[in-house]
Amino acid sequence: MSGAPSRLAILGGMNAPEPELGSMRIGVVAESAPGETRVAATPATVKQLIDLGYEVTVERGAGAKADFSDAAYEEAGATLADKPEAWASDVIFKINAPNEVELALMLDGATLICMLAPAQNPELVEKLAQRPITVLALDAVPRISRAQSMDVLSSMANIAGYRAVVEAAHEFGRFFTGQVTAAGKVPPAKVLVAGAGVAGLAAIGAASSLGAIVRATDPRPEVADQVKSIGGEYLEVVVPDEAKEVSSDGYAKATSEAYDRRAAEIYSEQARDVDIIITTALIPGRPAPRLITAADVASMKPGSVIVDMAAAQGGNVEGTVPGEKVVTDNGVTILGYTDLPARLPAQASQLYGTNLVNLMKLLTPGKDGQIVLDFDDVVQRGVTVVRDGEKTWPPPPVQVSAAPTPPPASAAAPVEPEPKKSVSPAVKIGAAAVGVLAFLWILATAPGQLPQHFTVLALAIVIGYYVIGNVHHALHTPLMSVTNAISGIIVVGAMLQIGETDTVVRLLAFVAVLVASINVFGGFAVTRRMLSMFSK
Amino acid sequence: MTAISLANAAYLVAALLFILSLAGLSKHETARNGVAFGIAGMTIALAATFILVVDDDPGIGLVLLLVAMLIGAVIGLWRAKIVEMTEMPELIALLHSFVGLAAVLVGWNGYLQHTDDRGLTGEAATLLDIHHAEVFIGVFIGAVTFTGSIVAYLKLSAKMKSAPLMLPGKNWLNLGAIALFVVLTIWFVISPALWLLILVTIVALALGWHLVASIGGGDMPVVVSMLNSYSGWAAAASGFLLGNDLLIITGALVGSSGAYLSYIMCKAMNRSFISVIAGGFGIEAGPAEDTDYGEHREITAEGVAELLADAKSVVITPGYGMAVAQAQYPVADLTAKLRERGVEVRFGIHPVAGRLPGHMNVLLAEAKVPYDIVLEMDEINDDFADTDVVLVIGANDTVNPAATEDPGSPIAGMPVLRVWEAKNVIVFKRSMAVGYAGVQNPLFFRENSQMLFGDAKERVEDIIKAL
Repeated sequence: MSGAPSRLAILGGMNAPEPELGSMRIGVVAESAPGETRVAATPATVKQLIDLGYEVTVERGAGAKADFSDAAYEEAGATLADKPEAWASDVIFKINAPNEVELALMLDGATLICMLAPAQNPELVEKLAQRPITVLALDAVPRISRAQSMDVLSSMANIAGYRAVVEAAHEFGRFFTGQVTAAGKVPPAKVLVAGAGVAGLAAIGAASSLGAIVRATDPRPEVADQVKSIGGEYLEVVVPDEAKEVSSDGYAKATSEAYDRRAAEIYSEQARDVDIIITTALIPGRPAPRLITAADVASMKPGSVIVDMAAAQGGNVEGTVPGEKVVTDNGVTILGYTDLPARLPAQASQLYGTNLVNLMKLLTPGKDGQIVLDFDDVVQRGVTVVRDGEKTWPPPPVQVSAAPTPPPASAAAPVEPEPKKSVSPAVKIGAAAVGVLAFLWILATAPGQLPQHFTVLALAIVIGYYVIGNVHHALHTPLMSVTNAISGIIVVGAMLQIGETDTVVRLLAFVAVLVASINVFGGFAVTRRMLSMFSK
Repeated sequence: MTAISLANAAYLVAALLFILSLAGLSKHETARNGVAFGIAGMTIALAATFILVVDDDPGIGLVLLLVAMLIGAVIGLWRAKIVEMTEMPELIALLHSFVGLAAVLVGWNGYLQHTDDRGLTGEAATLLDIHHAEVFIGVFIGAVTFTGSIVAYLKLSAKMKSAPLMLPGKNWLNLGAIALFVVLTIWFVISPALWLLILVTIVALALGWHLVASIGGGDMPVVVSMLNSYSGWAAAASGFLLGNDLLIITGALVGSSGAYLSYIMCKAMNRSFISVIAGGFGIEAGPAEDTDYGEHREITAEGVAELLADAKSVVITPGYGMAVAQAQYPVADLTAKLRERGVEVRFGIHPVAGRLPGHMNVLLAEAKVPYDIVLEMDEINDDFADTDVVLVIGANDTVNPAATEDPGSPIAGMPVLRVWEAKNVIVFKRSMAVGYAGVQNPLFFRENSQMLFGDAKERVEDIIKAL
């Protein structure tokens, strides 16, 4: 299985020969990690998977902690099974990486889809590659817009960001919103969110909708507008003589030294001022950057709360204990919970499940319950960590522009709208003067009633312009039909001609009267009909 | 008091009533009065003319007149009664063609009546020359209006392909026709002859045909209002020919009204009037660029129903597709249902939505959507940011963010409904095909956009069911 076949079908039970392509069976297994409450499929997503042609088996009790009952899965079309049978499926849906026991339960040739953090866990990848299985890491989806619907990191970060605010509010002994009451004034809480990624933005939105004053920092200046749009204030780290960081792969990068110094100052200033700090700074494949020092924490007011969302990766805050709540000597609570998404299990499962369904849609082009891995597709290549026991991690890098690329932004300003027609004012005035003179000459030399007719025409045009200019846009169609009707006034001309003795003239006038009458009567009638329909 | 002086007085009154009529149409509250004024003006004008005709003792002509008017009235009233509101653009185009045809016939008669006035000298001869020029101008404008409107009618009623006709050197053909018209006019003034009149009629008919045939279906709002304007000028030209001030005034009112509407439409598309008339929009646009816009997401009718049920504020932006699918009734039902639940529902109408200025408003009014929740683009554009759900029904180019964000887009600079600022955008569409302008719409691939494929009418009905 070496080389790069453009399309590779991984058939269910490859080593157990099957005469026909039955549809693959997806096994949704229960999570074994302590504290994990989520489940990789909900009754709603089970239905969607079945629509894609798969059979779905759910391990009994898999959804219990997320409030999805076995009966609900059954109703959605899944079959229930015990652990060994669920694990003996062609495709395993899971949240976290499997442990040794679970891995042993997998069939050869089966596919495992879960979150692995392959970059952080190389030894896990090695271990998985020892089995002739295929492993897809859902958290390795490249950050391109096409893959957004499968980006489980984003969907989980969104939940975590929200939950971080809820946890902070729980620990915080005061209101978030400011109030003026008969019993006195309550100032609003001040929240600092470090890192305006998906989690940060969710936190900003949640905190500001609770009424807090929210500030946010992020090394990527392009997020300023996003922060503002959900009610936060963006604190820019101004670093002299340095190009601003623009992310090319959609993730924040490690920052320069000068930047870090200035940022540290900002964090120190803010720590003294704010009541709540939520840190979300993560750099893929590296330990989390240290943003808040112990001194900063010590400078905070008693009762303040810090939620360190990067606790699992070492924490952005000095003193964070992953998974724990710590209260410092000066009364600052540091929350290092690493299971924030799992604290909203039903929602998290639903979003995770939908991400999985979207991935399966991509992997099931025939909607026939058969996974087809296409390595020419960057998304499918990116998520595949192990293919048939062969390690395929890391994938070739994908350069994407999740962030707006700066060149068009800076280029857009200098591009002036092309001068439409470079007619100089002199030419314009000249042409107008010639026109006026010609008009004057015609009027002055025109005999008979012509000048008088022109007078009438000119005045009528002016009146028409002003009258029509006020017409409500919604009445444009009735206006057209009424002008249609009154332009049928040409019937007057034809009427006067019908009295002629010449047969041809008479005939032509007859036809003219006829068609113009259609206009007059039809136009007015249809206008009335239309107007009668407009009602308040 | 002679019949003529009476008629002149009556004409002035009629002209004033017409002005009042148009003024009345500026507001919903006074629109019905406006029509009443118009009808009154027309009645007075017709009655006065009738007295003039009778006074002239036309003999059999009187019978012909009555018969012609009767037939015309019956046809007109019958069409007005049965026309579907979605077919309004066709009807209006057809009515324009009648004015054009009448102008041609009146012009012809104007010539035929005076064929025996040869050999005049002095001022009388000059007057006759002017008269001949007026005949030519009247016939020319009338004929262009006539065939132009017929083509517009055929295109709007899908009896003719709505794609623009691309003759080589089409602008030169148009200019050539106009130059030929000028030459023929001078020739005709110098030596009037029937064959010249026939020739100019044919040239004008061909020009009218070609002008509109080379304009695509999406530009129809401009074309129809432009033809409205032409029909006015045709009537005004006939007024010059007949020395009738009422015709001049009315023609000028209609002409300037049509021109103003065309101007509004052009501004709404960020196009110059000339470029619309000359046709060929988007030719320079080149093949669709290969930008990876990402993938669109689909949603089900039930999903939309859920979104709507939870929404506080909903904006519906309809386009021509709503008219095609006849979805205005279910849309109105949906609106009523949501309003009962306390959801704020409004409509955002782009000026060029549909095939006729104000077309969407008429369709929605027909379906009994209250007119005070139907807003125009400028009134609603700033509210999208606070809107929970936007339903884009059968619109495409009028909601394309590329118009404001991509300076290289063929529709760059066109004012559009900024629906993408809303929290959720649901796009009703038959498929992922591009809109009239042939431009891909990045809106479909936005994070907050979801596609609901299928027939708009059926989908809206599904949503109502799910609600």
